[in-house]
Amino acid sequence: MSFLEMLDVLNERLILEGDDPIAFDHDCREGICGMCGMVINGVAHGEQRATTTCQLHMRHFEDNATITIEPWRAAPFPVVKDLVVDRSAFDRIIQAGGFVSVPAGSAPDAHSIPVRKEDADAAFDAATCIGCGACVAACPNGSASLFTAAKITHLSLLPQGQPERLSRAKAMVDQMDAEGFGGCTNTGECTAVCPKGIPLDTIAQMNTDYLKANAK
Amino acid sequence: MKFTEGSEIRDTRAPEGPIEDRWEKRKFAAKLVNPANKRKLNVIVVGTGLAGGSAAATLGELGYNVKSFCYQDTPRRAHSIAAQGGINAAKNYRGDGDSIYRLFYDTVKGGDFRARESNVYRLAQVSVNIIDQAVAQGVPFAREYGGLLDTRSFGGAQVSRTFYARGQTGQQLLLGAYQALERQVAAGTVEMFTRHEMLDLIVADGRARGIIVRDMVTGEIERHTADAVVLASGGYGNVFFLSTNAKGCNTTAIWRAHERGAYFANPCYTQIHPTCIPVSGEYQSKLTLMSESLRNDGRVWVPLRKGDERAPGDIPDDERDYYLERIYPAFGNLVPRDIASRAAKNVCDEGRGVGPGGLGVYLDFRDAINRLGRDAVEKKYGNLFEMYERITGENPYDVPMRIYPAVHYTMGGLWVDYDLQSTIPGLFVIGEANFSDHGANRLGASALMQGLADGYFVLPTTLGDYLAAGPFGEVDEQAVAEAELKVRSKIDRLLAVNGTRTPDSFHRELGKLMWDYCGMERTEESLRKALDRIPELRKEFWENVKVSGTAEELNQVLEKAGRVADFFDLAELMCLDALVRSESCGGHFRAESQDSEGEALRDDESFAHVSAWEYSPDGEPVLHKEPLEYEYVKMTQRSYK
Ligand SMILES: Cc1cc2nc3c(=O)[nH]c(=O)nc-3n(C[C@H](O)[C@H](O)[C@H](O)COP(=O)(O)OP(=O)(O)OC[C@H]3O[C@@H](n4cnc5c(N)ncnc54)[C@H](O)[C@@H]3O)c2cc1C
Ligand code: SF4
Ligand code: FES
Repeated sequence: MSFLEMLDVLNERLILEGDDPIAFDHDCREGICGMCGMVINGVAHGEQRATTTCQLHMRHFEDNATITIEPWRAAPFPVVKDLVVDRSAFDRIIQAGGFVSVPAGSAPDAHSIPVRKEDADAAFDAATCIGCGACVAACPNGSASLFTAAKITHLSLLPQGQPERLSRAKAMVDQMDAEGFGGCTNTGECTAVCPKGIPLDTIAQMNTDYLKANAK
Repeated sequence: MKFTEGSEIRDTRAPEGPIEDRWEKRKFAAKLVNPANKRKLNVIVVGTGLAGGSAAATLGELGYNVKSFCYQDTPRRAHSIAAQGGINAAKNYRGDGDSIYRLFYDTVKGGDFRARESNVYRLAQVSVNIIDQAVAQGVPFAREYGGLLDTRSFGGAQVSRTFYARGQTGQQLLLGAYQALERQVAAGTVEMFTRHEMLDLIVADGRARGIIVRDMVTGEIERHTADAVVLASGGYGNVFFLSTNAKGCNTTAIWRAHERGAYFANPCYTQIHPTCIPVSGEYQSKLTLMSESLRNDGRVWVPLRKGDERAPGDIPDDERDYYLERIYPAFGNLVPRDIASRAAKNVCDEGRGVGPGGLGVYLDFRDAINRLGRDAVEKKYGNLFEMYERITGENPYDVPMRIYPAVHYTMGGLWVDYDLQSTIPGLFVIGEANFSDHGANRLGASALMQGLADGYFVLPTTLGDYLAAGPFGEVDEQAVAEAELKVRSKIDRLLAVNGTRTPDSFHRELGKLMWDYCGMERTEESLRKALDRIPELRKEFWENVKVSGTAEELNQVLEKAGRVADFFDLAELMCLDALVRSESCGGHFRAESQDSEGEALRDDESFAHVSAWEYSPDGEPVLHKEPLEYEYVKMTQRSYK
């Protein structure tokens, strides 16, 4: 039985008893959509590493153990209800510049620009972020640096991302600050809970691009 | 369930002439909207998956005024995110004999001659542009050491034309579309409504003019009007309760449009995916797919002998039955999904299945690991192996995976013409929500292709042609008020029952019934049983469901109840469609219609048509047949032997 199936069972019981079931976000239940997320026994997505909440299984918990469940806690993620929080700040960070400006139909042949396999693979690794927000929930400063840096790194490793590289870094970091996320002090709590193992050095990449952009 | 037969559908608006010129012709004939006018034209797009996300972004880029809706908290979480294996395109980068014509041919044949040739040809043509677009957006597809794009082969094809981004192709393509969409949000051309669920379509003066939605946070019922509505709300596989779809996938958007007059085509065409992790317990809430790309290197087998309980590693090769390789030597483990699924069911029915309950077959990587080395296998499939281990607690590097078929995709959907317009003018349907390109069986890696073809390239042209006659002025207030009232009374009704069973418990029961009677194998008897049982269960639902909480708050039980109510009605139509189509084709296997070797037997005399169902409030749907003609690909019984 998965962790969320355990909550399903609990909710079925609550409904029949006439109580309000516990609201929680989830959709794919296979660790890819980024919708689920709760702090379990004090750890974002629970103690198992590189795992989303929906990928947790009850066989990893002891029988009769008491489990504490809380929502993400961070000022830019207001609680909507129970375990449901509002993560729309992440969308606004992407809106600020997390894209390549290429309208449909304007693209050259895909093979016109080869990309070194190493770069493509590293870009992919950064691009696997699912936008769950665990990094923010785990950070003592409530920083969204890992999320923002993952996107900046993904695009800045590819030739397609170069023209907007510096303006992107500046706009996204500025938006992150404007949303009220804290600054990064390198505690590394974010990567420790990140279900996709986004590495801390993406933040160094972000800072380099950001400084360059500001020096211009 | 009774039905009547209505007029045939003769005109699908596909241009005439040589098939390779038809899309060019259509594009040239499409009226253009002058740029200054585009800003005055309002378009609603429901859904932000590959189809809806790419459509909304592209319409925004073109300058239309777009409103985009999804039920998740952000557009990036649409179910497309979960697609693993890859996306087809006729690039022929490998020089292995691929071409637009071959992709077209494979898709028509794979769909078991139940798809429209004109649509499929266009899909194959546009496929090459999708890869270009995605690469330009920065989608990190897998590459070879020379820096060029890598491809793999997929079920139903003998060429290597599937582009992929490790096991997360859907995620990477969706993020590309999502980022393009957010760029338009920032530019002010797209207004985004997350956590909003469409609950009805507004039809006024014969045109689709808007939608009624519920704000899922506040519970407020909102009206949104527009000059056209695009539905990109995905598939309805969750009618079976257990499927590989995300938990929120539903039929509500398309079903309620169907109730407003949009025909529903081929509802019974369901795809059962052969490689999923078997069910493990009674609380199971969904099933997990193992990408079919695994069949490139994994070999499928069961013990030769019934009831062989030895550990797989203790069974020597000559006591194993690699049944796909044995029965289908030409395609082996790469036969299309419907064939692989049924073959698995057959060996399990014979009592040779493995794992708990005997509902599983082995997918074995032993030979691939010996041949390529563990590292190479890990590079290709690492994340899938990890996913498997996480769920089952077994390590597939050491023991073969156990897999079993599960509901995965629905080929049926709202009927659309060549322009992707439904039978309601101004209502366009794209992606999995429509029925158009896959016939009775979809080939692997073709859904992503179709969703993006529709959204980036086809719809923006054909919708423009429709909108050139707009704006269509004020929307009739009475039509809006009537739709809103209908939504409100349905919600009130659900809350008023106050019975003793949860929406989920009804959904589970309905799903099991559908799986047993309208699943991998269907018979007249099973379908009649289902058609008796569904109305009884639906009646019980409306008399005994318990929805806690109120309408004016975030209420996940209420959301669920509304979706289950629609699943009941859809389930009934699916069974009726399956009953009326007494042939076997693609994913629709009627046990009465098979050849001497147990393969699906089509009946082209009687069934070479699309079944498009018109809703009727008195419960007697009207069947309209759209005849299918094959000018290019000769109709043959499919053979993968
Ligand atoms: C596990 C898995 C793996 C797959 N792998 C592949 C693959 O490798 N290759 C391939 O080609 N295909 C694959 N498929 C199929 C493919 O992913 C889907 O068919 C495709 O992504 C559907 O895209 P879509 O845009 O039509 O809909 P979806 O991505 O399902 O999006 C639906 C959208 O509609 C919204 N919505 C739905 N109902 C409402 C409503 N009532 N109100 C408001 N919004 C609503 C949702 O919020 C969502 O944004 C896979 C499918 C699964 C389940
Ligand atoms: S960086 Fe990791 S923890 Fe943060 S949002 Fe992305 S996937 Fe989640
Ligand atoms: S529900 Fe999708 S990642 Fe957990």
